[in-house]
Amino acid sequence: MSERAPNVIGKPLRRVDGRAKVTGLTRFADDLSLPGMLHMKLLRATVPHARIVAVDGARALAHPGVKLVLTGRDFPVPFGILPVSQDEHALCTDRVRFVGDPVAAVIAADELSAYEATALVDVTYEPLATIADAEEALRTPEPRLHDYGDHGNVHKAVAFDFGDVDDALAKSERVFEDVMFFSGNTHLPIEQHATLAWLDGDGKLTVASSTQTPHYLHRALAKVLGRPASQIRVIATPNGGGFGGKSDPFNHEIVAAKAAIALGRPVKIALTREEVFYCHRGRHPVLMKLRTGVRKTEQGFEIVGQELETLLDGGAYGSYGVASTFYTGALQTVTYRIPRYRFRGCRTFTNKPPCGPKRGHGTPQPRFALEVHVDKMCAELGVDPAKWRIDNAVPRDSLTANWLRVSSTGLVRCIEAVVAASGWTDGRGLGKTGRGLGIACSSYLCGAGLPIYWNELPHSGVQLQLDRSGRVTAFCGATEIGQGSDNVLVACVAEVLGIDPLDVRAVTGDTDLGPVDLGSYSSRVTLMMGNAAIQAAERARALIAGAVAEKLALPAARLVFADGRVFDGEDPARGVSFAEAVQLAEAKHGTLGTTGSYRPPKAPGDYKGAGVGPSPAYSYSAAVVAVEVDRATGWLRVPKIWIAHDIGRALNPVLARGQVEGSVYMGLGEALMEDQAFRRLPPKLSRANVHKFPSMLEYKSPGTLDMPEIETILVEEPDPNGPFGAKEVGQGPLLPIMPAVANAVFDAVGVRVDEVPITPEKILKALGAANRRFGPARFPTIAWPEALTVPPPWEGGDGKATNEPPRKRDRVRGATVAPPVEQLPSAAGAPSAREGGKPQ
Amino acid sequence: MATDLIQLGDPALRQKTRLALTVNGEGRELLVDGYKTLLELLREDLQLTGTKHGCELGECGACAVLLDGQLVLSCLVAAVECEARAVETVEGMAHGAELHPLQACFADHGAAQCGYCTPGFLLAAKELLARRPDATRAEIAEALSGQLCRCTGYLQIFEAVEAAAAQLRGAKE
Repeated sequence: MSERAPNVIGKPLRRVDGRAKVTGLTRFADDLSLPGMLHMKLLRATVPHARIVAVDGARALAHPGVKLVLTGRDFPVPFGILPVSQDEHALCTDRVRFVGDPVAAVIAADELSAYEATALVDVTYEPLATIADAEEALRTPEPRLHDYGDHGNVHKAVAFDFGDVDDALAKSERVFEDVMFFSGNTHLPIEQHATLAWLDGDGKLTVASSTQTPHYLHRALAKVLGRPASQIRVIATPNGGGFGGKSDPFNHEIVAAKAAIALGRPVKIALTREEVFYCHRGRHPVLMKLRTGVRKTEQGFEIVGQELETLLDGGAYGSYGVASTFYTGALQTVTYRIPRYRFRGCRTFTNKPPCGPKRGHGTPQPRFALEVHVDKMCAELGVDPAKWRIDNAVPRDSLTANWLRVSSTGLVRCIEAVVAASGWTDGRGLGKTGRGLGIACSSYLCGAGLPIYWNELPHSGVQLQLDRSGRVTAFCGATEIGQGSDNVLVACVAEVLGIDPLDVRAVTGDTDLGPVDLGSYSSRVTLMMGNAAIQAAERARALIAGAVAEKLALPAARLVFADGRVFDGEDPARGVSFAEAVQLAEAKHGTLGTTGSYRPPKAPGDYKGAGVGPSPAYSYSAAVVAVEVDRATGWLRVPKIWIAHDIGRALNPVLARGQVEGSVYMGLGEALMEDQAFRRLPPKLSRANVHKFPSMLEYKSPGTLDMPEIETILVEEPDPNGPFGAKEVGQGPLLPIMPAVANAVFDAVGVRVDEVPITPEKILKALGAANRRFGPARFPTIAWPEALTVPPPWEGGDGKATNEPPRKRDRVRGATVAPPVEQLPSAAGAPSAREGGKPQ
Repeated sequence: MATDLIQLGDPALRQKTRLALTVNGEGRELLVDGYKTLLELLREDLQLTGTKHGCELGECGACAVLLDGQLVLSCLVAAVECEARAVETVEGMAHGAELHPLQACFADHGAAQCGYCTPGFLLAAKELLARRPDATRAEIAEALSGQLCRCTGYLQIFEAVEAAAAQLRGAKE
């Protein structure tokens, strides 16, 4: 087919679901109702850790209007998002593990009756000792929160050595060490989670829910309810914001389904805001220790080895936590050259709502530590931190010490862009003026290389159905959470077929109607669904081209699909409308439909744990943040942020900019104020650990008056694995904001706040401290497991560990191995990204 | 849970009141439960689900509607307070199939991502432009400061309001 300029890709078109969203016609989960619908409320634990001695629903069941009371006895089968952490019950069976853990459900004719009756469920608790944070969990092996995990209240500990880091540090000219803390925070989607479950006329179960991962919910429902998955339909309603907070299968979804089956009537639950805080799955609080050995060079210095230890406060359940633990180490290596790298990560159980994946999943915390650490090294050694980042950027087409393959990178262009736009060179305060600029960078996945449960199936599938009218319907399991995934699907199909996006209908997020897409997480949808959509559309185009070529007596290669027509590229007047073309193809082939699917390429690493970190592509970001700090009060103001993001290719620049600015906004909230904080009640009130403020008023998030000016620069460094070269944009731009704020505070007043959020109180304390610093003093001693030793690519490694016992599952993969790439050599003489060249 | 906020079994909660009001220009008469808020009246009794809820405590602004032209949080207004009053919701903004300029500009400028907070923002912006047709960026930020959005970072919302204001001013001249 002849090439042509894009009609849809790169154009600032109104998103396909834009009209529905501004008219109130988008139907979110709680907007659904059905005749005969009943309402459900959950009774949640009022104590943070206790054995359940007795649960009696008799009084609740006798309350007027109440139809059913369910308890843990009704849910003996556990579930959890990860196969290795099946540690949740839809209602607690014998133990509650945090304030908010659901204990019983009441289903009634109306919401008020259900609500009233929850207070009539009699629960007797036998309190247990409460574990408030990760260090307390390390010190308190008994009582264990769970009878699985590594030991005591350690859920998972991992250890890797990519090369001999001890040797590297011993040979360094200087070793820098930092301990930092990233407090937890939560997603705070404006939509509270809601679910409506019902039995269809044929007796099959349908669950409509505000979920980012309908496929995983589908599996959890089948498992817990003991029904065949083929007779369960999950509809992911458009999410009113997700940010990772709707990525787990949730208690209320499973309980509503069970109740609908038991009663034969539709059952709905909409969570209160307080309950959303208890669902959580947000940012893990992480304590981090970084040690870096450096060697001076002509340009400044370079890293010769780095060691990172992380300690995660996981909350009460596993959730995605094992993956989160790996992610606190995995992506540290893809921005700056680190020839030898050691990572130790440990996740603990505590009596708090479970932590999980929030935008950036596990990487913002160590990214904060790394970017502030780099800033300190640069300040100490007298090197411009922007220039250092340019000089030490990982080049394109390279491997990292931990065997991640970097294909494209626009990092250097991003840094150059924000340096130029912000007036970096002359604008820094250098600790004297109270005004300062801070820089930080980051990188993020464009989809995880492996699915959550092991399988060799596609990660995303798209089916197209082509109608004689010229309308094309694209079916896909992907979930619209506001990020614009429906728009990506429609845009990719419309572009390949040369038709108006309005002639494409997206049918998504429905396990009965579309092929599986794994869900809206890990920034995977644009790349994976986009590639599947392009494949399906190209197959349709080939079918149509064959038929049109016959009709016009032309070679198919001369045909152009554009402007709703299929025509001769050498004589554009000669052609047919797209609808006629579909009719010709339908006459030739019969009813028209095609499929496309996508599975990421095999990752180069082959050690246990190598599955977390690989991605078909990595996005890159650089940010400069301006701050003004009042030395008398510590008050911190952010007047402007410059952000450049390497998106590969912006499929829609308006939506891409919105993702960047939304990420900057959310990162700024984390940097300045957002804090999922807990407090111990005084001894006379049980010393229990409770959420400090499970409400939107007191959990501070930035409002309209808090927003700085943002200058967004989209850097387009197309990636060969991306659809039309596109990479992710939904998560990466969040990551540099927190460290850039910290670095800007240093530039403004010369103090270090080694902790997020960076509040005026902390700045004031740092200003008054002898060491001009606020932050954690020490990292605890942790008994790490024996490290897997994996030689880096430039030390003769083959991607395998040298000391790993044979694994149960030999991960032979069907996908082809990508061609060999330039190995990232050891520090001396490594090519810079600049020299690495730009795409042709 | 905060069950102490509601007196269990209080019959007054369920006492129904006859209510007549105007919603999006149409007269409506209905019996409403004494405990219900305007938010619940709209969403549950009138099936006008365009109005959203994010907290039901007056913290997020998602439920904002116009009551006699004034911006109110419908989760904090008792339904029975609305006798003989005029309510405008997002469903009342468009003229037939033609979007209100604010709606069109929100859709075109990326001001609606997930769209959940959008109805509240639209009505807050409409109330602002009714009294300040040439509102400045600072006035827009101030007027929208009761609305939370977690997706956009607000800037594209500001731009949409400015674009709509320009269109509305143009239409008047």
